[in-house]
Amino acid sequence: MSPLSVSTLRKSYEGREVVAGLSFELRRGECYGLLGPNGAGKTTTLRCCLGLTMPDSGEILLAGEPVPERAREARMKIGVVPQFDNLDPDFTAAENLIVYGRYFGMADADIRPLIPGLLEFAGLAGKEKANIRSLSGGMKRRLTLARALVNDPELLLLDEPTTGLDPQARHLIWERLKRLLAQGKTILLTTHFMDEAERLCQRLAIIDGGRMVGEGAPRELIRQHIEPQVVEVYGEDAPGWAEREAKTYSRRVETSGETAFCYVEDATPLLAHLAGQAALRTLHRPANLEDVFLKLTGRELRD
Amino acid sequence: MNTPLIPRLSLRAFAVWRRNFLVWKKLAIPSMLGNLADPMIYLFGLGYGLGGMLPQVGGVPYIAFLAAGTVCASTMNAASFEALYSAFSRMHVQRTWEAIMNAPVTLDDVLAGELLWAAAKATLSGAAILVVIAALGFIASPLALWAIPVIFLTGLAFAALGLIVTALAPSYDFFMYYFTLFITPMVLVCGVFFPADQLPPLVQAIAAWLPLTHAVALVRPLLFGEVPASIALHITALLAVAVVAFCIASVLIRRRLLK
Repeated sequence: MSPLSVSTLRKSYEGREVVAGLSFELRRGECYGLLGPNGAGKTTTLRCCLGLTMPDSGEILLAGEPVPERAREARMKIGVVPQFDNLDPDFTAAENLIVYGRYFGMADADIRPLIPGLLEFAGLAGKEKANIRSLSGGMKRRLTLARALVNDPELLLLDEPTTGLDPQARHLIWERLKRLLAQGKTILLTTHFMDEAERLCQRLAIIDGGRMVGEGAPRELIRQHIEPQVVEVYGEDAPGWAEREAKTYSRRVETSGETAFCYVEDATPLLAHLAGQAALRTLHRPANLEDVFLKLTGRELRD
Repeated sequence: MNTPLIPRLSLRAFAVWRRNFLVWKKLAIPSMLGNLADPMIYLFGLGYGLGGMLPQVGGVPYIAFLAAGTVCASTMNAASFEALYSAFSRMHVQRTWEAIMNAPVTLDDVLAGELLWAAAKATLSGAAILVVIAALGFIASPLALWAIPVIFLTGLAFAALGLIVTALAPSYDFFMYYFTLFITPMVLVCGVFFPADQLPPLVQAIAAWLPLTHAVALVRPLLFGEVPASIALHITALLAVAVVAFCIASVLIRRRLLK
């Protein structure tokens, strides 16, 4: 049975459809990503899955339980890392874990033996008595991750787990998530970081306006949706050049500010032409997930 | 199913209660002193200062009269502060409730935990004053021990009312309205500082509907060693406020958080 299946989920706020008929299903042991710009409906989808937001329609089966009807029973079996840190600032690291375990009906005597292992996992070994206010952003996020593991869940839901962290802290979180996957846990994460999605997710869904606009393994999405080569052309005249000449060499060109993105099957003729354009600088690279994402969701700002 | 009128509760509420208790334990001494200092200043300041100029009030020295009112008023204040400022911090600022609701705990469990916690803290506050005034000799008989369950019930009623305000509050500033428009006038018209029969009949009629009136009507005779009149009426009134207000708070907070 799938750890989480969502079918034709819909949710509107004041007439605006935030989730518009979303369906997806997780496979046991995989990391599945919901990738989308701000306001795409990622967090609303997660809240619906947890039974914290009532969907207008659709079916959700979380850890074998129908949600929202049996959301409490479903939440017994999963772990959640929210987008904003909500550790208890009045407690030490160990107290945070104990108090959280109690919410699962666990006795203190059952939680205490787990604490050293959980803190070790969070890279906070020996910090039982550390005050939450004294922890860095990365440490707090790792402790939040450890807190989500107190009930030994099979499925973890993570809402933008590395937003606001520095590169070192992000890499450490990714390494820990890979460890959890190696232990056989299933992960659902939302993100708007391409590198995060590409590194961690076996499969991902690109979401925009509450709809799925693409689904599959990162490589597969790139192959399906976009030409394999990208030549980025910079320079004051890049937009003008793109308008006049790019079409000769590239089937698809997008301009953003002073950069033209040329998507091509074979970059050789284009590069040969560009070698003669002194005012333009170029960057030739393979297509990546970000290209797919921007193609599918557009380049407009989402504020 | 998002807004049933009857809250859905479970024993997980006690895990929420214990969370708040653990925080309180860390700051118990300053918190107790803080809770005691303010009512004691009023009790002694007004009790001796103003009381020195007065003949007996309601058949007893003014300070003894005021002591019973102080117990009720400070129970009300303690429950209100906890259900307003502290609960709002946990709901809105620290997002503690959000963390709890990611575990198998419902919002109603969280609210019940908050209600019971605020009432418990208010009971401690009221009982601490009871101890002080007993030590000063203003308590007539062991009948006064019955004041403790009344204090708890008063705490429940004001905690539940406070949760309604918290459900509607956009920020901490909002609570000023509740205190200046509801709590403070109540202290003045419900017989805390002076017998309510001093007031114009219209004000008395309004005061009869206010929960603090019922708390004072029970606690004051108990401290004087008398069995209160109309016990059932006053207890029913406090209980009704607690239950109805809690159900309203539950619906409003679900509407706010479980959108």
